[in-house]
Amino acid sequence: MSLKRFVSAWTVALGLVFGVSGAAIAQQKEVRVYNWSDYIDDQILKDFEAETGIKVVYDVFDSNEILETKLLTGKTGYDVVVPSATFLSRQIKAGVFQKLDKSKLPNLVNAWPEIYKRVAQYDPDNSYSINYMWGTTGIGYNVDKVKKAFPDAPLDSWALVYDPDNLKKLKGCGVMLLDSPEDLLPSVMTYLGLSPDWSNVENVKKAAEHLAKLKPYITKFHSSEYINALANGNICVAVGYSGDIFQAKTRAEEAKKGVNIDYSLPKEGAQLWFDEMAIPADAPHPEEALIFLNYMLKPEVAAKASNFVQYANGNLKSQEFLDEGVKGNPSIYPTPEVFARLYTVPTIEDSKTQRALTRAWTKAKSGR
Amino acid sequence: MTDAAAPDASPPARAAAAPGRWKRWLLIAIPYCWLLALFLAPFFIVLKISVSDTVIAQPPYEPVLDLSQGWQGIKDWWSALDLENYSALFDDELYLASYLSSLKIATISTLLTLAIAYPMAYGMARAPKSIRPTLLMAVILPFWTSLLIRVYAWIGILNPDGLLNAFLLWARVINEPLYIMNTETAVYIGIVYSYLPFMVLPLYASLEKLDETLLEAAADLGCPPWKAFWKITVPLSLPGVIAGCFLVFIPAVGEFVIPDLLGGSETLMIGKTLYNEFFLNRDWPVSSAIAVLLLLVLVVPIAIYNNIQAREIGDKA
Repeated sequence: MSLKRFVSAWTVALGLVFGVSGAAIAQQKEVRVYNWSDYIDDQILKDFEAETGIKVVYDVFDSNEILETKLLTGKTGYDVVVPSATFLSRQIKAGVFQKLDKSKLPNLVNAWPEIYKRVAQYDPDNSYSINYMWGTTGIGYNVDKVKKAFPDAPLDSWALVYDPDNLKKLKGCGVMLLDSPEDLLPSVMTYLGLSPDWSNVENVKKAAEHLAKLKPYITKFHSSEYINALANGNICVAVGYSGDIFQAKTRAEEAKKGVNIDYSLPKEGAQLWFDEMAIPADAPHPEEALIFLNYMLKPEVAAKASNFVQYANGNLKSQEFLDEGVKGNPSIYPTPEVFARLYTVPTIEDSKTQRALTRAWTKAKSGR
Repeated sequence: MTDAAAPDASPPARAAAAPGRWKRWLLIAIPYCWLLALFLAPFFIVLKISVSDTVIAQPPYEPVLDLSQGWQGIKDWWSALDLENYSALFDDELYLASYLSSLKIATISTLLTLAIAYPMAYGMARAPKSIRPTLLMAVILPFWTSLLIRVYAWIGILNPDGLLNAFLLWARVINEPLYIMNTETAVYIGIVYSYLPFMVLPLYASLEKLDETLLEAAADLGCPPWKAFWKITVPLSLPGVIAGCFLVFIPAVGEFVIPDLLGGSETLMIGKTLYNEFFLNRDWPVSSAIAVLLLLVLVVPIAIYNNIQAREIGDKA
């Protein structure tokens, strides 16, 4: 990435020095996008370049924390970034983003009001972001291995992984949980019958204590290793993000080693999250960024992205262009009854609360 | 470390002509500027952040030193600083436990590395001169691939379904797969493997220089080989041992990648704790304070050692 930028900076500089078509090179329009890894169909970027003549410089990250740290340091050089809504909310308060000029985003008419209403608790009036994808946090499992280790497993419930007696049976074939307290602990709270309010330190501590009891049966806490581990058949259960688990399923099918993965949205309720596209306040090409966002809001484009990454998007009009395997999959586009059971978690802003939550999490994981 | 970077202030000048002296100063100034820009300046930035407070802003801490306010700006900045972040580190046993656990893991891995590297380096130094470059190459070669890829390869080897278990099960050495992956044992394997060249190379350098006539003389005077080894080879290779141990120990204490990939959730290391403070808690001041303390934990014993060594050399002279 930086090399590419370095080279292009030098091309411009040399062009200016030698006066040879310096102006032409400097006018080459571009937009620099920073998105999650494995999160777009490359064809979309090629089509965008062909249609608008704007060059896309595309980089990827794999955790919200990395993106947040870059944004808080400032001068990222990116025009479009894709944080999750819980992080976006705090970043808006830190003054990292610029308000979107909605007159430049006519395709917002395609938006799905239900999703934008839910996002508004993080981004009031949706003034700073558009929705790219949304998904859930649930259970991915190896169908055959679980059946073998535990024939009458409650596959539709958090009890599968959070009831110590059940987890004990799965220990031998491998269990991985997300190494992300705000995505994992609310699901433990749901299992315990507590409200999944992640800002309630007392309840979070109870969930962490429960998790500590499960620790002997857990192979590892990690936020991305479970994709390959599930696909290779190294583990039999993982608590992870819906799309990641579908990715594991696809990889397992491609490998043809007889590994069969499935995803379950527990009946007690599961966490709903949103990945939002926003423009940093110090973006070098804000005009092009708006053109890019407007392009992503086209129904056909949003559908193409969803068909590729197997996550639902916040674009209502796009649904007629979706593959049946995506639109008809209730784990990706849940039925209204299931959707009603999905919950969101608040953003933590107070640093003392955040420390107490992280501390409870570390204690659950390391015993100290 | 600092010794290597700072050039010796050369023997007493032989009444060098003024222009020559100027050139020599320039030559010395380059590495000093390097140190100043790439070591001292970043350290002071970290030190500065470690005494500030966290806020939701860009950057996520205050006060920010505002030089445009002139003298008043510096005064305001100074008065807002405190050592709260350092005292916070002593309030929670997590930090002390992380430091101690890191030191323990680093010490054990250093000793293991030494135990494996010494025979290797000894064998290399005693090998025929013609094949030594090949052996040296074999030690250095893994460096040409990314550390990350090599550590990932270990995941493939140590997994319950990995190469090691497949082999041991096939050879009927074990009936149940070994669970090495995601334990502290895997971290030791990873560190020892990754840092082995840092130990082998200085050991090889000091063993190769060893004057073999000393060993011949010992043999002539009736000294058994094992005794000659302890009385001659080991003491003469000590500088290599110490250099190798420092080269392994210091980066191992702050190691993050290896425990993250190979270790389990109970593997507590200061690198991971620092990462959590920085990325999960967004608390740059506290993570900076951890980094400053880590530096002190490492620099103080090294400085003491250097001091003792300098005195020994002084005594001999």
